Amino acid sequence: MRRAMVLGLIIGLSLVALAFSGQRATAEDRSQVTINGAGASFPYPVYSRWAFDYQRLTGMKLNYQSIGSGGGIAQIKAKTVNFGASDAPMKPDELREAGLIQFPMIIGGVVPVINVKGIAPGQLRLTSSLLADIFLGRVTTWDHPAIKDTNPSLSLPKVAITVIHRADGSGTTWIFTNYLDKVSTEWHEKVGTGKAVDWPVGVGAKGNEGVAVNVQRINGGIGYVEYAYALQNKMTHALLQNRAGKFVAPTNGTFQAAAANADWEKAPGYYMVLTDQPGEQSWPITGASFILVHKEQPEKARAVAMLKFFDWCYRHGAKAAKDLHYVAIPEKVFTLVEKTWEKELSADGGTLWP
Amino acid sequence: MPRSRRQPKGDRVFKHVSAGCAVILLALIAGVFFELLHGSGQSLAKFGARFVVSRAWDPVTQEFGAASSIFGTVVSTAIAMVLAVPVSVVIAILLVELAHPIVSRVVGTGIELLAAIPSIIYGMWGLFVFAPFMATYVQPALGAKLGFLPLFQGPPMGIGMLTAGIILALMVLPFMCAAMRDSLAMVPAVVKESAYGMGSTTWEATRRVSLRYCISGMVGAVFLGLGRALGETMAVTFVIGNSHSISASLFAPGNSIASTLANEFAEASEPVYVSALMELGLLLFVLTFVFQAAARIWLRGVGLTERVEG
Amino acid sequence: MKARSLRSRRLVDRAVKALSVSSALVGLVALGWILYEVVKRGIGAFNLDFFTKAATPPGVSGGGIANALVGTLLMTGLATIIAAPLGVLAGVFLAEFGRRSRLAAAARFASNALIGVPSIIVGLFVYGLLVVTTGGFSGYAGAAALAMIMLPIVARTAEDMLNLVPDSLRESALALGAPRWRTTLGVVFRAAKSGMLTGVLLAIARISGETAPLLFTALNSPYWSRSLAEPTPNLTVTIFNYAMSPYHEWQRMAWGASLLITAGVLVITVSARALLRGNR
Repeated sequence: MRRAMVLGLIIGLSLVALAFSGQRATAEDRSQVTINGAGASFPYPVYSRWAFDYQRLTGMKLNYQSIGSGGGIAQIKAKTVNFGASDAPMKPDELREAGLIQFPMIIGGVVPVINVKGIAPGQLRLTSSLLADIFLGRVTTWDHPAIKDTNPSLSLPKVAITVIHRADGSGTTWIFTNYLDKVSTEWHEKVGTGKAVDWPVGVGAKGNEGVAVNVQRINGGIGYVEYAYALQNKMTHALLQNRAGKFVAPTNGTFQAAAANADWEKAPGYYMVLTDQPGEQSWPITGASFILVHKEQPEKARAVAMLKFFDWCYRHGAKAAKDLHYVAIPEKVFTLVEKTWEKELSADGGTLWP
Repeated sequence: MPRSRRQPKGDRVFKHVSAGCAVILLALIAGVFFELLHGSGQSLAKFGARFVVSRAWDPVTQEFGAASSIFGTVVSTAIAMVLAVPVSVVIAILLVELAHPIVSRVVGTGIELLAAIPSIIYGMWGLFVFAPFMATYVQPALGAKLGFLPLFQGPPMGIGMLTAGIILALMVLPFMCAAMRDSLAMVPAVVKESAYGMGSTTWEATRRVSLRYCISGMVGAVFLGLGRALGETMAVTFVIGNSHSISASLFAPGNSIASTLANEFAEASEPVYVSALMELGLLLFVLTFVFQAAARIWLRGVGLTERVEG
Repeated sequence: MKARSLRSRRLVDRAVKALSVSSALVGLVALGWILYEVVKRGIGAFNLDFFTKAATPPGVSGGGIANALVGTLLMTGLATIIAAPLGVLAGVFLAEFGRRSRLAAAARFASNALIGVPSIIVGLFVYGLLVVTTGGFSGYAGAAALAMIMLPIVARTAEDMLNLVPDSLRESALALGAPRWRTTLGVVFRAAKSGMLTGVLLAIARISGETAPLLFTALNSPYWSRSLAEPTPNLTVTIFNYAMSPYHEWQRMAWGASLLITAGVLVITVSARALLRGNR
């Protein structure tokens, strides 16, 4: 009995000690706010990196957690976080109803990846209709005449195509299906755009990682992943034909080209989808990720700190973004965004920016 | 010292305090039930009874149905219980009756370790290690030998209902086994000795005397495992293949209620979508009740109730 | 009883023994396999930084899971402090006072049902209860969600174990003049001690690996937690994030953290049992 009490005391004291162990409480620390944000998993790596670098510079902490775009929207509406993040932009009337504004923060690309013996990365060429037909289940073997036509120089084996898509709802799926929706009437009628859709064929895998693993395991597999996953796992990517008719490879340059040609000024609420953009060098499946904040900010100091962070990311975050295989928002766009902050955001009746 | 005829104050306090704790359980389950009911409102209104039998699942057109999820939950749980219950009983018997005390302790701790492994690890192990193993060795063999049965037809992809059921079995095994072992260990030596004194073999003594003595604990252990299997989320999500479809084959991908929730809840933003997911949760709730009630009725029919007056 | 020859009875006995050994082997082989993989993939992540540093973003080396570890320990500890006594007392009510009580039957039913509730729903329930109402994610909400998962497991096993204590033991204590509560806490508990501890340990093992309930309550954080009233870093959500990322460094840390959780629960189990044995 005594042993148990002593042990209990030790455990209790250790817990208390632990509770205070993490405190690096300096006077500066205690006055710092922590900004909390949650949402899309697409930009998670780059937001964490920016938060880390910013903390090194200014001491301000920003905690971003990837719980999914839907989660981000739900949490910012519930006001349990200071900002939300979503890969799929909200429509202007939805924004108005919730009292939010959105603005693009980062750009990335989605890449079709394959696993066919004998085909190296960047060799396979796919047209938009071919990609749609594969995912619709119309083209079911790799030696189908349609694929052969587009790739006369490749020797395509007689292997069944296994489509691997996402099982979980995700912004990546939204961007991918949005593209297919635009380029294929059949896809538009049968399936549509969504973070989760009723896939006509294929197997569902959890997360980008799940798709990557399954594609790599199944001979004849085809899937779609975020660019970072394709690179990190050294996967075999395919070239896509863009709107201008050129076959392009997924690179920072082609993502940037897609973003550069977009007309942000004419997009109310920055509702802009970067798939199937014009331009010879544009990558067809590019997407932006958005930040959502309330128009009426409850705490002025916190809101200003948050905006200063975003401003820093716009001006100084490009290199980190590039390292992680994302594309930063171009200057003419973030200038527009900051004008929107000036116009739309307020706290205690006063403007917040500049 | 004569006891007072009314309950002493200490006893009354004790009874009320412990009753209060039991009431907390009731409050929690009622809370969860009402929250699910409240959340399912829109979905119940829109789809009504056909939700339970509809195979649709289209987040774009907002048409939802629970059939594939219910089917997957029932089948994967059934596979898991069929595999895990006998193995748990037998291992528990081994640990208590047959093995050397040191072996028993080591193996017992080992089994408890299985319970300690985070469910996401089961999922990752399943995806990266076990599914390829199933795809390469087990499923082709089953398909070759038993392929005439629709149960074992289809391409051996590794991920699918069978793999999910086996991993679930591995996950509930340690819970059931540990609880069963402790139940068996509570059988007083004198009871067992009287059986041996009459000349029974170990198995006979165990089956006719020990198991019957602690049947309530054994049944409780099975419910522990059942509950775990029905609600397990992460591990199943990684290996069940996540396809909203119903197939007769165990090799085919499917999904369970818990895996659908895990996959789609975070991203669902449309109110009807969220509501449909909540209704799935509500259905799982109902399913749990049905399973337990059915089990209890069966047990009573077989003559084994949970109350054993010692 | 059917009259069967001694030989056939012995045969059945031997067959069952063989079956139990082989089943145990199956379980152990699976265990060994999983453990082997976890160790193989996770041990590479163990270094000083891993255990002492907080998280760093991809591309920045020298990160660790120390802040997550502390957060998990705090929340698990708090959850256990809440759930173990409540669960045991609930089990006591069900076993000692509940033989004919309707409240007990309902509570027992509720307990079974709670065990089957998917952890994601527990998370959502606590989210609605504690996060939305207080306007933010917190470690307290996380601990509450974990406690809610533990409670029915502890209660059910406690009840089952207490029920297996023969009434004769209770009767002899009562005959000596001990009040009910002292009988229960002293005599009956001592008899059922080991089993009830199993219940608590199983519950701790169960929650150590849970991600979904924490995701909606404690969220997560890359920083050291200053108080449980804000988003609290924890191992399981960290493992989930890292495992699903494309970065090999992070994936290795995910396996490493999983190894840590497994080892941690093993240590708790072994020491708790040793303590129990020592007290006898």
